[in-house]
Amino acid sequence: MSEKIIMSETEIKRALTRIAHEIVERNKGCEDLVFVGMQTRGLPLAQRLAAQIEAFEAVPVPVGSLDISFYRDDLASLDLRHIVQRTDIPVHISGKRLVLVDDVLFTGRSIRAALDALIDFGRPRDIQLMVLVDRGHRQLPIRADYVGKNIPTSIQEDIQVRLKEIDGRDEVALIFGEQT
Amino acid sequence: MNLLIKGGHILDPSQGLDAIGDLYIVEGKITWVEPLKEKRPLGKFAVIPASGLLVCPGFVDLHCHLRQPGYEDKETIASGTRAAAKGGFTTLCCMPNTKPPVDSQAVVEYVQRTAHTEGVVRVYPIGCISKGLKGEELAEMGELAAAGVMAYSDDGQPVTSSRLMRHALEYSLAFGRPIIDHCEDKALSADGAMNEGWVATRLGLKGIPAAAEEAIVARDIALAELTGACLHIAHVSTAGSVDLLRRAKDKGLAVTAEVTPHHLTLTEERVMGFSTQTAHHTASALWYDTNAKVNPPLRSEKDRQALLEALKDDTIDAIATDHAPHTIVDKLCEFDAAAFGISGLETALGCLLSLVHSGQLDLKLLISKLTWEPVRILEIKKASLFPTSPLPWGLGTLQMGAPGDVTIFDPSKEWVVNPNTFASKGKNTPWAGCQLKGQVMATVVAGNLAYRDDSLRLEGQSA
Amino acid sequence: MRTNSLIKMERHHIIDLDDFSQEEIALIFATTDAMKEILSREIRRVPTLRGKTIVTLFYEPSTRTRVSFELAAKNLGADVVNVTSSTASVAKGESIIDTMRTLEALGADVIVIRHFQSGVPCLMAQHLQISVINAGDGCHAHPSQALLDLYTIREKLGHIEGLKVVIVGDILHSRVARSNIWGLSAMGAQVVLCGPPTLIPQELRRPQPLKGGECPFPPLTIQENLDRALEEADVVMVLRLQKERQEGGLLPSLREYIQLYQLNSARLSRAHLHALVMHPGPMNEGIEITPEVAHGPQSVVEDQVTNGVAVRMALLYMVTGGKG
Repeated sequence: MSEKIIMSETEIKRALTRIAHEIVERNKGCEDLVFVGMQTRGLPLAQRLAAQIEAFEAVPVPVGSLDISFYRDDLASLDLRHIVQRTDIPVHISGKRLVLVDDVLFTGRSIRAALDALIDFGRPRDIQLMVLVDRGHRQLPIRADYVGKNIPTSIQEDIQVRLKEIDGRDEVALIFGEQT
Repeated sequence: MNLLIKGGHILDPSQGLDAIGDLYIVEGKITWVEPLKEKRPLGKFAVIPASGLLVCPGFVDLHCHLRQPGYEDKETIASGTRAAAKGGFTTLCCMPNTKPPVDSQAVVEYVQRTAHTEGVVRVYPIGCISKGLKGEELAEMGELAAAGVMAYSDDGQPVTSSRLMRHALEYSLAFGRPIIDHCEDKALSADGAMNEGWVATRLGLKGIPAAAEEAIVARDIALAELTGACLHIAHVSTAGSVDLLRRAKDKGLAVTAEVTPHHLTLTEERVMGFSTQTAHHTASALWYDTNAKVNPPLRSEKDRQALLEALKDDTIDAIATDHAPHTIVDKLCEFDAAAFGISGLETALGCLLSLVHSGQLDLKLLISKLTWEPVRILEIKKASLFPTSPLPWGLGTLQMGAPGDVTIFDPSKEWVVNPNTFASKGKNTPWAGCQLKGQVMATVVAGNLAYRDDSLRLEGQSA
Repeated sequence: MRTNSLIKMERHHIIDLDDFSQEEIALIFATTDAMKEILSREIRRVPTLRGKTIVTLFYEPSTRTRVSFELAAKNLGADVVNVTSSTASVAKGESIIDTMRTLEALGADVIVIRHFQSGVPCLMAQHLQISVINAGDGCHAHPSQALLDLYTIREKLGHIEGLKVVIVGDILHSRVARSNIWGLSAMGAQVVLCGPPTLIPQELRRPQPLKGGECPFPPLTIQENLDRALEEADVVMVLRLQKERQEGGLLPSLREYIQLYQLNSARLSRAHLHALVMHPGPMNEGIEITPEVAHGPQSVVEDQVTNGVAVRMALLYMVTGGKG
């Protein structure tokens, strides 16, 4: 297996800054805004977006975390060494504008599970989706409202997002098999 | 058919015989055994090539359950005697806990007749001590002796009443036949399913303490001393019982005892899947294995060692299988609800030889405990009534004129126990899937082949 | 004592805690934490086990354990069918093998079994392809109870390692005690058993190893004097005293049992101030425990019940997941 870095630390930072502004612009401010970061790497991304918005809007945006293990449609193939992580939605979400944050958008199944999970917490005004990377290959009618970078991939390839909070550095790598 | 068993390793502990050579059976009796100086018999013989095989007197089982009449779904005389032949046993003494029990001449004769027409080995029924095995009144022991029983037992149940036991022993003096007791204090063993000990505690099963057996062994020995009668203790399982027996024998009391192959080779840990053969935890698939549920229960390693020692110093006189076949339904259920017992005739030799192969037991001693020593227990002593033994003279030996009962086995042939191939209807064995070393190749009863392994080919010879 | 250093995460059946490692119990705790979050929501239900059928098969009456498993299964979106000895052929003549095979053929995914005889869940696991969870068998094991006890201790005291846990009462007949002995020892607690000598298995007094070097039980302390046993205790687990024990000749009288082994305020004061009082329920208040202690500030009996649902959700999740 080989890998190629397709987003550097700087590029990730730029993308997040742009998206923070897009979110504020589209929602005409940050009133009622709530970020929900999907475990594991969506959560630090959501925290970074909230910090940026707070920096230029001077308003704190609540950040929640969501683990979708209990909403997946592939329980049978679940690796149980995977520890179910914290779900913590700090505010009542009814009437709120939710921005769901994840690292990679691929088949769309995780987002489907996340939407089901969020609905169980209440009835938000709307739910928007932010992803750092959209690699295509959707299996469900789901699209992102905010995308850091579109990266067309083949189905055999893999995208790994690495973040300082978890992996010690910021980068996005494309993993691909040996050329034959 | 006259038989020549050629070139085998002949072992007959009754006469200290240990030689390589030939053995002739003419008209159902032993007529010539190596190294006899006299002329060999002439005529036509079917020849069993026995080179590399052990040739010994047919095994005598003092204690088995053939279940007929009444429990033919568990075993019949036909299936049980075929299992015996496959296991090398040529004589079976069957316990009277049938339905109806063997407490009358009619039932004795039924068993004898059925064994004669349908059985393939010798069968001698043991009579009841009490009428209907109820433990209340003595059975008609005289009538039973007249009909041909050579011992009395209520096996399956102890004789609970000490008074009845005393009277049974006293009354038996007239017939010189032993009283065989299954020693268990039911108040102590109540609802127990296995040995009381670590394994029972861990598995949450109610235990049967060693004291439940020892209390009754002690009582019976005291009564044997009081009455002077012959007492035989069935399936001894604990070190404490061994101590009591040793003291009784030192006193010169007419007390004998037997031990089973499973108590000599397995311990309580087998209920959790351990076995002395493998000494490691095999699989949780063997937890609560009802095939290891037997009464008396498999005991501790300390008990097993004591039983082996007792066998060596003749505190225990004989090995008996306590073959107790059951149906699958009797065993495939909750441990507490499962029937007690092991279908043991076909595995007895293989698992006993594991003791020989591992150096725990001497081969000659083992053969002696399976052949003439059990017969000695059944000798009728000083009977004033019905003094003729139903057992033929020389049973359990290869002496001239003895019955032509011979077991031929390969001590080093390895085989894997598969209950589905058992001749017995009882597939309840704790050795299923185990590899045993030592297999019966042929069993001869009165000069006839009762069993022959497929790999053994007979030849013809005339001289 | 434990030969398996690898964590056996993918468990098909849950029969007892005797082969659970500290790591595995920690994983169950983490999953239970997540389940507790679900229980704190307004809508306490997730669709994880949607389309799965859980059968509870109870041969012994036990409302609390059965309801706890039923709620756990329903909270995870499963369908639940309850079979009890009063509603089915289970009491009369039908062989247990037949019953279990029928339930499997009918399409159950998990069987939760309670039986008055030891070893029945093991028997089922040996004969069924589907998952079996032991909800208590005879005097053998009650793994979900022990796990909820462990979870409650960790929740209240922060850790389990090094704690002194006293189990008081009828150890001989207690599956709760047996499973807790395994679980507590795996987590590094010190276990003290206390009760009248007739209700403590003889073997526990004289440790002797099995063949193969495996110890049949973890190290234990036995102390017949409750006052002494309670000194410096961090947790007191009180077991239910079955009133039949007196009739079975194991106890001279309930009166004497109360005098010697009842947990009351005076006795409890010998334990640490932070000591927890636990009981698997149902309690005989006034016999093994006084009402003041049962409902006092140190009692965590109700937490045990709440945590029971979360622990059982975690167990159901763990046996149904990972079957790819």
